[in-house]
Amino acid sequence: MSDTSKTVKSDSGPEKAAGTTTTPAEDPTAAGVLVTDPRLLVREEGLKGYVTEFKRKVKGGELGSLPVVVGLIIIWAIFQFKNDRFLSADNLSDITFFMSATGMLAIGLVFVLLLGEIDLSVGSVSGLSSTLFAVWVVEHGLNPWLALVLAVISGVLVGALHGWFFAKIGVPAFVVTLAGFLGWNGLMLWLLGSSGTINIPSDEGPVKLLGQSSFFMDQAIIGAYLLAGLGVLLSLIGNFGEQRRRKAAGVPYRPTGEILVRVGLLALAAFVAAAVLNNAQGVSNALVIFLAALVITDFVLRRTTYGRKVFAVGGGIEAARRAGISVPFVRISVFAISGGFAAIGGMFFAGQTASATLSAGGGNTLMLAIAAAVIGGTSLFGGRGSVWSALLGMLVIQSITTGLNLLNMNTSIQYMITGGVLLGAVVIDSVSRRSQKAAGRA
Amino acid sequence: MVHVSATPVLALRGVSKRFGAVQALTDVDLEVHAGEVVALVGDNGAGKSTLVKTIAGVHPIDDGVIEWEGKPVTITKPHDAQGLGVATVYQDLALCNNLDVVGNLYLGRELLHRGVIDEVTMEKKARELLSTLSIRIPSVRIPIASLSGGQRQVVAIARALIGEPKLVILDEPTAALGVEQTAQVLDLVERLRERGLAVILISHNMADVKAVADTVAVLRLGKNNGSFPVKDTTHEEIIAAITGATDNAVTRRAGRRSAEAAK
Ligand SMILES: Nc1ncnc2c1ncn2[C@@H]1O[C@H](COP(=O)(O)OP(=O)(O)OP(=O)(O)O)[C@@H](O)[C@H]1O
Ligand SMILES: [Mg+2]
Repeated sequence: MSDTSKTVKSDSGPEKAAGTTTTPAEDPTAAGVLVTDPRLLVREEGLKGYVTEFKRKVKGGELGSLPVVVGLIIIWAIFQFKNDRFLSADNLSDITFFMSATGMLAIGLVFVLLLGEIDLSVGSVSGLSSTLFAVWVVEHGLNPWLALVLAVISGVLVGALHGWFFAKIGVPAFVVTLAGFLGWNGLMLWLLGSSGTINIPSDEGPVKLLGQSSFFMDQAIIGAYLLAGLGVLLSLIGNFGEQRRRKAAGVPYRPTGEILVRVGLLALAAFVAAAVLNNAQGVSNALVIFLAALVITDFVLRRTTYGRKVFAVGGGIEAARRAGISVPFVRISVFAISGGFAAIGGMFFAGQTASATLSAGGGNTLMLAIAAAVIGGTSLFGGRGSVWSALLGMLVIQSITTGLNLLNMNTSIQYMITGGVLLGAVVIDSVSRRSQKAAGRA
Repeated sequence: MVHVSATPVLALRGVSKRFGAVQALTDVDLEVHAGEVVALVGDNGAGKSTLVKTIAGVHPIDDGVIEWEGKPVTITKPHDAQGLGVATVYQDLALCNNLDVVGNLYLGRELLHRGVIDEVTMEKKARELLSTLSIRIPSVRIPIASLSGGQRQVVAIARALIGEPKLVILDEPTAALGVEQTAQVLDLVERLRERGLAVILISHNMADVKAVADTVAVLRLGKNNGSFPVKDTTHEEIIAAITGATDNAVTRRAGRRSAEAAK
């Protein structure tokens, strides 16, 4: 889990050089000092320590988000070199708007990937949900918000059905969701019937909210900075709150300097992004919802017992079962979550086009969502990953798509390049797993 | 002297279990009292681990009755057994490789702080627990995958001690341990007995069994083959019960040895 890479520090004098797992001396109730293995490699103090630790991690296959960030920089540099509009505020703003839809699908997929499974139906389910929404609103005159809720519930039920076949009948998830991929797409085509497209009025309801001209706080300049400030503030409170509780309990904690560096980097990224988006038209509401979904799901996965169960089932089914965890419940619920996020993603697509079309959720939607989750660093082998990989991966994927569009490359080239990028990400995942095994970390 | 209560904490009556064509357990009886250490011995494949797994709810029984503190209970899933107060250290340890030591120790019963997993308290208690066992583990925050076999075993044992079990089952807990760690586990078993817990200990090591157990229950080919108070039973009698004959490989070998020595 992500916490394992945390560096720790002791503030008691003599132990300082020796390292990390000692307890702060000022606390009389401190836990019994663990017998530290002298062979354990500990980080030295100061900058040099971080550098050696970094080298060790790279060797051990714990690359984290490093390859993605490097890849993103390279991709941006190439496109900017080919077309200097690429890094313009408007184009970057487009990237953040369009990535949100597939990003929602990728969030659900991260849950499934954490179990070491795959959900091939998310594209079809997203198309189905936008069609259901359109049919309900346009043909039956249902309240759009009610239709939204019903569409998302439909997605959850569809996902739960996949999960049920997988968990209770024992059909491999890959096959169940492949059947779903075809079946739900068929249902969508049948619902759209001969007309082929249903236009959804985009002046009200969720379609307006998720549309390209809907911005946080109506494009107020302050809006973007408020969001950035809120993120930084939450991160500060979280980090220092944890540091305080850890100090009080006498367990190793992150030194203040490190927290400040981390939060500083986050603040830099957040405020630069806010400034860039403000230079365009502001922060699209779609992006705000995507980010909120990331924060919530990250919290669920890392801080709740439910999230711990998901990781446990992904890391060892038998161990999870013997610990009293209901493996079928976890499996069904995870597929339900995936279906739910697919449906929400479908609503985002509907917001982009203000319509439900035959091609919704088709094409390479599924591929892009899987690619995003894996590129972002969530392992295909289960048990390792984070929803933030949906954000990182989508930045890469959407940059490529948008960039190729800008260069007027046709779909054939786009497919080939995206396929190549997915393959590259999977190779990195497999190789890093191998070196993690060699380094005894997987 | 150890006080042994009248009603057993756990009693198995006529328990049977089959796996496809293998009748792993036939009509097995077993009793464990509070404050008693029962050693369960038997040859490889005798059915010891299977018996443990039926008690722990991993494999539900086909026939027979399990009584808990005098009352019949049904144990069909691990959760049932945990609810009763059974803590089990499995021979095949069953830990989650991707979770860290703390995560594994508390898996399935995480401590909460305002509805959120309380990593800080869990880490603190994990460190305390591991240090009372004086176990060398590099850090409680490294994934299980990075630990040696013996360290994992120790984590599995520590896991059984979290919560308030009434019955602790240890399936070959010392198999992967060094000399010092073995002695510690045996000390631990004695401490558990002093605290009034019931303990089932599976071991192939007769010296360990004689050192800590009160009663030895022998399984042979999935059936009971005698139960002996440790004090009044010799090594040879136990081995005879395990192998099913007084004339067995062990006595023959000992006989050859003494014959050679006599020459
Ligand atoms: N899950 C299973 N499926 C089928 N057969 C099993 C299963 N578990 C155990 N058995 C069979 O049950 C019998 C008893 O096995 P068990 O593991 O209980 O032996 P044991 O006494 O623990 O042996 P050891 O000392 O080697 O650990 C063996 O014949 C084994 O093949
Ligand atoms: Mg066994």
